[in-house]
Amino acid sequence: MEDIEHIEKHVKLIDDSGRRLDGRKFDELRPIRIEAGVLRRADGSAYIEWGGNKVLAAVYGPREAHPRHLQDPARALVQCRYNMAPFSVSDRKRPGPDRRSVEISKVISEAFSAVVFKEQFPRTSVDIFIEVLQAEAGTRCAGLTAASVALADAGVPMRDLVTSCASGKIEGIVCLDLNKDEDNFGDADCPMAIVPRTGEIVLLQMDGHLTYEEFQKAMDLSIAAAHRIYDLQRDALRRRYSVTLEDILKESPPAAPSGERMEPAPSDFDLGPEGI
Amino acid sequence: MQSSGSLRPIVIPGEAVGGPGLKPGSGTFSDNGQIFAAQLGVRTERDGLVSVIPLAGRYIPQPGDAIVGEIVDFGPSHWLVDINSPYPAPLHATESPWRVEFGDTARYMKVGDAILCHVLSVDEIKRVQLTMADREARRLQGGMLMEVSPTKVPRVIGKQGSMVSMIKDMTRCEIYVGQNGRIWLDGEDRNAAVAAMAIRLIEERAQAHGLTEAVRELIERVQRGQAGPRAT
Repeated sequence: MEDIEHIEKHVKLIDDSGRRLDGRKFDELRPIRIEAGVLRRADGSAYIEWGGNKVLAAVYGPREAHPRHLQDPARALVQCRYNMAPFSVSDRKRPGPDRRSVEISKVISEAFSAVVFKEQFPRTSVDIFIEVLQAEAGTRCAGLTAASVALADAGVPMRDLVTSCASGKIEGIVCLDLNKDEDNFGDADCPMAIVPRTGEIVLLQMDGHLTYEEFQKAMDLSIAAAHRIYDLQRDALRRRYSVTLEDILKESPPAAPSGERMEPAPSDFDLGPEGI
Repeated sequence: MQSSGSLRPIVIPGEAVGGPGLKPGSGTFSDNGQIFAAQLGVRTERDGLVSVIPLAGRYIPQPGDAIVGEIVDFGPSHWLVDINSPYPAPLHATESPWRVEFGDTARYMKVGDAILCHVLSVDEIKRVQLTMADREARRLQGGMLMEVSPTKVPRVIGKQGSMVSMIKDMTRCEIYVGQNGRIWLDGEDRNAAVAAMAIRLIEERAQAHGLTEAVRELIERVQRGQAGPRAT
């Protein structure tokens, strides 16, 4: 019988021409799509698809902080809950908070604490919920990027959007935005979040080992990518409100408002044959 | 508000909205002599003051605001009022229009009652106190309540109340618009429904130019439709 313990497990993550498993070059991002204002009940919300990641973010507040003893008389709390759906990974994830999600929640809430104008809302809390629906490495970056759009959508005053991206090392080569296989079989992963306007770093973590030079290279890659993602975030917010803007352009006076979009439905009023 | 011209662009938190020589107003902050937007909104500039009118956000009470509140709890000498903001707001019995004996608060207003009141004071940690001392303040009876985003309230009211008074005249409704985004309106059923519709239109098209005309047209159309069957 074959000794399965000694089958070579090596996966070739990057070929000789510098192409990765999914065909990207070392400095390429996975495709990203962001949509703002997807949830009706939340004060602000956003949905992001980042490669195979699908993440929903909702923001509530500023609202009364509960429990009361957590309230800070000088500033608002920024609370975050990062949660993975049981069906988000290939094996079922046991639902509920675990060591990993508590840690991610903590670092993300700290990242946002750095940009929100907390002093404007003493005794309140701004609650951020990040729900990972489908995971494929880099969910904390995706979640953070979406939550930042959701915060702006909620009208929470802040210094800038927070943008996040990860870089890592696979087969000795520093690469941007690792996917699942690269994350699992690679040498290192280093997620970071920046405030693009000032270049401040608000989140920096590392799994694995990088030399100082490799780390510098990873930082440069992530920062350059973050600026590209920043444009996508801003674009998502503009699109959310340009829907209203297009309506206005189309129906600038004296054009009459169209009937079908009125609320409640015209039939509810029984307005007669000439109703709107 | 300009009567015509291009639409004012939307600014996003962190976006530069002004340089040296301008002063940062609400919804903005300055950093190194530059002014940036702090909120998602529309940029405005007046007398060298740059501000961002937010498109979303919660109601933060300011002293003097006329608001519509809902009683959520009461103690022996006060009522607790929900004012649609992150902060709970007590109304002390001495600030009510009645002479309330200690422990008698429930005889005057119960949980669920709606009131028109004013913000008496807000301190630095945002402790809010309400008052009903003003003549127009009262317990609201009858009518209906609706909620709009607090950021849209100025549009519902209009310049010097032009929008709301037009709706009032045209629909023969009594309307109170609270700064907290709660609106109380009372009138004949059909009229109140028309007024509610007009307010929903304003909320939906808050950034539009010539909104007053659009609203007038909507109300006229609906009322013509209402008169139609009778005329034929």
